[in-house]
Amino acid sequence: MNPTDLANQAQALADRAGALAAQARLMAETQIVPAVQHGAAAADPFLFLLTIFLLACFVGYYVVWNVTPALHSPLMGVTNAISSVIVVGAILAAGTADNWGARIFGFLAVTFASVNIFGGFLVTRRMLAMFQTKKKA
Amino acid sequence: MATISTLAYLVAAVLFILALRGLSHPTTSRQGNQFGMIGMAIAIVATLFRPGMAPGGIILILAGIAIGGSIGAVVAKRIQMTSLPQLVAAFHSLVGMAAVFVAAAAFYSPESFGIGTHGHIHGASLVEMSLGLAIGAITFSGSVIAFAKLDGRMSGAPIIFPQQHKLNAALGVLLLVLIIAFVMNGNPVLFWLIALLSFALGFLLIIPIGGADMPVVVSMLNSYSGWAAAGIGFTIGNLLLIVTGALVGASGAILSYIMCKGMNRSIINVLLGGFGTDTSAAGAGGATADHGPVKAGSPEDAAFIMKNAAKIIIVPGYGMAVAQAQQVLREMGDLLKKEGATVEYAIHPVAGRMPGHMNVLLAEANVPYEDVKELEEINPEFAEADVAFVIGANDVTNPAAKTDKSSAIYGMPILDVEKAKTVFFIKRGMASGYAGVDNELFFRPNTMMLFGDAKKVTQEVVQALQK
Repeated sequence: MNPTDLANQAQALADRAGALAAQARLMAETQIVPAVQHGAAAADPFLFLLTIFLLACFVGYYVVWNVTPALHSPLMGVTNAISSVIVVGAILAAGTADNWGARIFGFLAVTFASVNIFGGFLVTRRMLAMFQTKKKA
Repeated sequence: MATISTLAYLVAAVLFILALRGLSHPTTSRQGNQFGMIGMAIAIVATLFRPGMAPGGIILILAGIAIGGSIGAVVAKRIQMTSLPQLVAAFHSLVGMAAVFVAAAAFYSPESFGIGTHGHIHGASLVEMSLGLAIGAITFSGSVIAFAKLDGRMSGAPIIFPQQHKLNAALGVLLLVLIIAFVMNGNPVLFWLIALLSFALGFLLIIPIGGADMPVVVSMLNSYSGWAAAGIGFTIGNLLLIVTGALVGASGAILSYIMCKGMNRSIINVLLGGFGTDTSAAGAGGATADHGPVKAGSPEDAAFIMKNAAKIIIVPGYGMAVAQAQQVLREMGDLLKKEGATVEYAIHPVAGRMPGHMNVLLAEANVPYEDVKELEEINPEFAEADVAFVIGANDVTNPAAKTDKSSAIYGMPILDVEKAKTVFFIKRGMASGYAGVDNELFFRPNTMMLFGDAKKVTQEVVQALQK
């Protein structure tokens, strides 16, 4: 095989590779990308959040059935305090909103939720401090 | 930064789960509560460090936390344990209102939450926003009514008017129509109409429910406040709000279920309201005539019998808390223990005005945790007990719940006090309980009535024991 033949064959191979690359690119644009987008659709943000929500409902169900009935009042105190985690949304509103209306709503929500956070955790702590497990002599 | 805050939220969510997990036993509960506090602190700090926070905004936020936090801390420190139910109701209303405000903020500044641009919010986000808004508003006004009823600022009697349930149903349908219209065009007028209508609905849903059913209502509103937080979580795409909302929602739902079961009522029956009106007064009056005479005794008699008893079960009800008799009751228990008796406390699931309320009141009076027993645990023991000492409880001891199918409380699980050798019943008079049902226990030969104020009578028993 002389060098010219080799060069020709290499050229032919290069051409085929180029054609394949072009084809791959075409495929990527027409089929693979939609496939990827389809994959993303399956993990649609809403479905993702819904999955977490439902799993958390189950976790809550099993954890709460394990709470001893004697501590149901502290349970309400704690759930009350942690439901004020809505303060996260309030902080985002008060801190990043581009207009004063939304900021004021955020500020009010931060204030209301803070009453609950401090009040809820502290009143629960007060309740729990009363539950003595060791009998007094 | 976004990844770090998401991770911080995950840690906070796990800490919240551990906070609830800790409540499985008093010894682990205090640590659980601390986990909750740490989780909340992590969530707040992580959010403050998110990109795009304006310095002015941070000052606003810190001011809000300082104002709200001080109010909350002072209230938590000062509140009396008997007033716990109304405090919890008031707190629920704040969560509901916070949800309304966050929904409003998201509506007027959608860019902050990445849910579209002003006037062009994504359809899905509008659905979630309107749900969070509606549930939050219902939680707010419903909790305000529950608070007013529990705090005695309005009568605990059910408020009933003709066509009430039809009106509520019609308003519910109207709310749904408004939400659909709002999702289609994102009109601010519709946003506020949804809020107003939900406030009205929350108000109308709770007014027909009587004071005795408030434990269910408080638990249910606890659940609603969770769902409201979850709704807002979906709106702003925040994982922590969704997880926490689900935990709280599930918790409140379970407590409502336990309370309903404790009264043998369905949640629908409770929600339709009207229970606790004195409709059975005439029938009860007739029934009284059929019974034998009532045996009344003195505190000295009670002290004498209990001194010679080996096993005493105390059955406290809400009346004990109203009379503030828990301290003196514990003194009585201690004296009897010194005499060598076993003293235990039997708690009905619906004793008190919120789930577990009676346990807290007894714990406050230094009654050891081990001495306090739940219904299933204590019921087999009444047959071996020499004395059942009923103080401020009535309906939860009524044997009619087991035998009389026509009774309003038929099917309700009761404490089997009638199986004890002697039953002492402290009561102001012969009035019937909340359910308006006569208690045949008063007329049994082994029952001795101790008429008078719960605290005063117990004090007299204590004095007689000390002699």
